Amino acid sequence: MPRAPQPGDEFVMRDPASHPPAFAPAYKTSVLRSPRNALISLQQSLSEVTAPVFRADELGPLDNDLIRNYAKGGLPVGERIVVHGCVRDQFGRPVRNALVEVWQANASGRYRHKKDQYVGALDPNFGGCGRMLTDEDGCYAFRTIKPGPYPWRNRVNDWRPSHIHYAISGDGWTQRLITQMYFEGDPLIATCPIVQTIPSEEQVRGLIALQDPGAFVQLDSRAYRFDIVLRGQRATLFENAIQGETQ
Amino acid sequence: MSTLLRETASQTAGPYVHIGLAPQAAGFDIFENNFGSVLVTPATRGERIRIEGVVYDGSGTPVRDVLVEIWQANAEGRYNHPGDRQPGKSIDPSFRGWGRAASDFETGLYAFETIKPGSVTGRNGRPMAPHVNFWIVARGINLGLHTRMYFGDEPEANAKDPVLNLIEWQVRRQTLVAKREQRGSDTVYRFDIRLQGENETVFFDA
Repeated sequence: MPRAPQPGDEFVMRDPASHPPAFAPAYKTSVLRSPRNALISLQQSLSEVTAPVFRADELGPLDNDLIRNYAKGGLPVGERIVVHGCVRDQFGRPVRNALVEVWQANASGRYRHKKDQYVGALDPNFGGCGRMLTDEDGCYAFRTIKPGPYPWRNRVNDWRPSHIHYAISGDGWTQRLITQMYFEGDPLIATCPIVQTIPSEEQVRGLIALQDPGAFVQLDSRAYRFDIVLRGQRATLFENAIQGETQ
Repeated sequence: MSTLLRETASQTAGPYVHIGLAPQAAGFDIFENNFGSVLVTPATRGERIRIEGVVYDGSGTPVRDVLVEIWQANAEGRYNHPGDRQPGKSIDPSFRGWGRAASDFETGLYAFETIKPGSVTGRNGRPMAPHVNFWIVARGINLGLHTRMYFGDEPEANAKDPVLNLIEWQVRRQTLVAKREQRGSDTVYRFDIRLQGENETVFFDA
């Protein structure tokens, strides 16, 4: 059994087939925002294998409770849900103390953002963002309102499926990941130009949270499970060239 | 069949990334403690600098909804992370070395208040020139873009930098070098990023 990785060990190469290409013309905004040159591939140095470390005392007690963290004397409207899961690396090891940040529209499909012009109503009791650190098992949980779908300017009748945005910061800068979680059974997933930028059905399935009856809160909330896999960190089998000790 | 799990697929940060990562920029206050673009406190050691710039799309238009994060070493060239075991360099407890900035919705300008990092030892003991790591996400960017900013007043270190030297095309290396300017008593490094087209910035896969 190889030893477990230590902080500062390197991460396995990213598989581009797991991700959307930069240029995905059916998602129109990508056309002018996609580099045309090939990425330059680097062997990792300390700059890539380290990352900011976050402390629990930097977060507030309601930061992972989107039902209460913006409530102004009432409760937000919509379906109450719990979303939970674990963050692992590609070797299946838990990623502990990872910062998980989430944001979403309200039940009407409206974002609390000064640039969102959608006619769907704002909810005075819903902000739409939260954050948490993963625990010793790499797991996280938050409580929220199920977001609504909404139309967006791509083609004139494109709709986003209900989704929650995620940004995850793990053990290395090169693990940084931003993604979106979708809900099991949503018919809009199959036609969404943003979902469809992903080149593999298996990878799309990985973004669809399944309803998780085992985690329902009785007479209160349904639950969804969404697990996340970050790039794998591996023990260096021979010398560690990253720290510059050996040739 | 590989024993490796597949990494979760990336998706664009979308136009409303500010709600989650910079709610004050989205127009509301929700968290007591906000992560932001000022990396220094009065106790931080090192030369104070401002890094600013604009991210341009392939038509030359500023991307006014971009979110930029930076990660850098301290003035001695050490990262505030347990993985950095370079001998003889200490952690500065008042410098994490990480920040995030949303570009201005009108001008597209982003800015950080930080310090100039020292040189970090690279692979096989080769020193890297002082640099700041950038991560760029926005609507229309399907996978966060990684790049590095180097310092225009470090021509000798830059000429020996193992990463800059990996870039086959000399002309493209210049896309990573920020110009130093003096603005009153402030030192400003201007680092514009071009996502596409003429002088497209070099992006890395590491």
